[in-house]
Amino acid sequence: MPGKTLFDKIWDSHVVAEEEGETLVYVDRLLVHEGSRHSFSMLRNIEMPPYRAEQVFGFADHYMPTETTEGGIPGVRDNKIRGMLELMEKNTSEVGVRYFGFHDPDQGILHVVPPEQGISQPGIFLCGADSHTSTHGAFGSISFGVGASEAGHIMATQCLWQQRPSPLRINIDGTLPFGVHAKDIILGVIAKFGVGIGVGKAIEFAGSCIETMSMEQRMTVCNMTIEAAGRMGMIAPDETTYEYIEGRPYAPKGELWKEAIEYWGSLPSDEDAVFADEKTLEVEKLDPMVTWGTNPEMTLPITGTIPFPEDAENEDQRREIQGALDYMDLQPGMGMEEIEVERVFIGSCTNSRIEDIRAAAEVAAKGTAKVETWVVPGSKSIKRQAEAEGLDQVFTESGFDWREPGCSLCTALNGDLLSDGQRCVSTSNRNFKGRQGPNGKTHLASPAMAAAAAITGKLTDVRTLE
Amino acid sequence: MKSFTKLTAIACPFDEINVDTNQLCPTRFNKLPIGDPYLKKVMFHDQRFTHDGKPRNTDFIFNREPYKKAEIIVADHNWGIGSSRESAVYAMASFGIKSVIAASFGDIHYNNMTKNGLCPVQLSQEACHELRSQLLKNIGAKITVDLEELKVIAPDGTEYEFNMHPLKRRCLLKGLDDISLTKQYMDAIKAFEANHHKSKPFMTVQKPT
Repeated sequence: MPGKTLFDKIWDSHVVAEEEGETLVYVDRLLVHEGSRHSFSMLRNIEMPPYRAEQVFGFADHYMPTETTEGGIPGVRDNKIRGMLELMEKNTSEVGVRYFGFHDPDQGILHVVPPEQGISQPGIFLCGADSHTSTHGAFGSISFGVGASEAGHIMATQCLWQQRPSPLRINIDGTLPFGVHAKDIILGVIAKFGVGIGVGKAIEFAGSCIETMSMEQRMTVCNMTIEAAGRMGMIAPDETTYEYIEGRPYAPKGELWKEAIEYWGSLPSDEDAVFADEKTLEVEKLDPMVTWGTNPEMTLPITGTIPFPEDAENEDQRREIQGALDYMDLQPGMGMEEIEVERVFIGSCTNSRIEDIRAAAEVAAKGTAKVETWVVPGSKSIKRQAEAEGLDQVFTESGFDWREPGCSLCTALNGDLLSDGQRCVSTSNRNFKGRQGPNGKTHLASPAMAAAAAITGKLTDVRTLE
Repeated sequence: MKSFTKLTAIACPFDEINVDTNQLCPTRFNKLPIGDPYLKKVMFHDQRFTHDGKPRNTDFIFNREPYKKAEIIVADHNWGIGSSRESAVYAMASFGIKSVIAASFGDIHYNNMTKNGLCPVQLSQEACHELRSQLLKNIGAKITVDLEELKVIAPDGTEYEFNMHPLKRRCLLKGLDDISLTKQYMDAIKAFEANHHKSKPFMTVQKPT
């Protein structure tokens, strides 16, 4: 019998039943946020409490204001946004779900707080009411996003009907060159293999580069698996993973910790495991990557030039490139570094962890912001850590706006929006039309590249900054 | 949940690839509850209306007759990629859409459609192309989506077979919500849990320190 992949091992240990080609899988942890009200209404409609409330965790993030709000939730000016925050307080407290809410000292983004708290662990099956739940796969878990109806189903039964995805391995090999970060790798993967590469796939990221990465970097890579259409992204747990988890509030302790380590050590894919497909990206020659168009596949090295539609391989692609050029208001043949920007956003579940904040601060220290630049940490805990390191001072002195934690300008749900048609360099994960505000033009990049754009006012190769 | 069995209706040819759920429901409308009258305007809102909701872009296909009355969309690759927002499906349903035919789907969106009584149909890219060109030659032509027989009937009578996972199909055909289905498995779930917590006690949610 052939060996098993990391994915196979976790999936097989969570099968409750099978019916007509679908599997009923057991969900160890569910993450919900203020946008999950439909899931709570579903339970009310069928007059059921959550089946395992202690396995559900709630987060205030999508609708959290990132300006200082006097007086807590009542101080939130927008009625509808305040209503969403109030409703989530009520929904979670009524049914006894642990809520990292507005006033919680550990409030933050649902893909930032669970790792900090030790809720994200190897071997578990974790679902979240948000597509970027793939982030937690960095710990060697099955983690993916579900819709509101599916989240309601999990709350009612702690299970989910799923079709088994097939495993795909993407090897990331080599040593990261100077100025190149985890974000550049995942943008590089999507640019090289396309936004459709992951359809129906459980993607395992492996290879020598992944092995040397910190947990923060691994989370950035797994986070954007969904942008490659992957059902989930995952990375085998190792010493780096264990060291990160040990001692965190929800981590196993004492004898359980020893048992956990032993089990986690059995999870990595067997030598003879079979993958449906395998791809490789060499990072030695990778440049900092920035998106130019309206989906994450439309990515170029910062040294690149905007494509000509007539060079497209087929008519569909030609039309897509032309549409993106029109929307982004760019000319074919212009250099990426010629693109002037009006805003910079450093934050989101992709890039708001302490290493991201440090990378941005290092570049911020080299100049002052030429355009409005926001830095939004992923959680209150990260905010405290950054302030203890004096990074807030660096930002403030460079004219960057150091704000309160939340999803902010990535989802643009909380009132943080680009002005009509503004062009923004963003460390978030989606450059779709209008994502950051009506007619907003988004260029995705790493925190270092975003900070570089902030101090020059245009897309800039961070490697060339003095 | 509403059931979906067989539908013959006006189909709108929409050839853009990689349509993301942010186009189907721009983020700021995620706040609208199901049933809100404004949801009718939300699908492709920013191409159909100005920021404050006034009509614009009368050429845009969903702003034109007969497609204002379309109940089927014939799309292309990667329909509904991106955010997991179910509001994208609420917006489509409020517009009147009951089925989308595409060469591929964002998989969370595909599931979200089936949980709300909408029928996603995956056909080859060639078939989608052929259906769209027939619709363009014959404005207002109708297509049949038959979930019982698992086939699509083109305006010219050509039949295309499609697949859907049997359980999803059964739930859609009967309008079954799957919580009631899963509740029949409660004994199996409890047995699984007992063994799971015993064999891997460290996986159980710990009391935080």
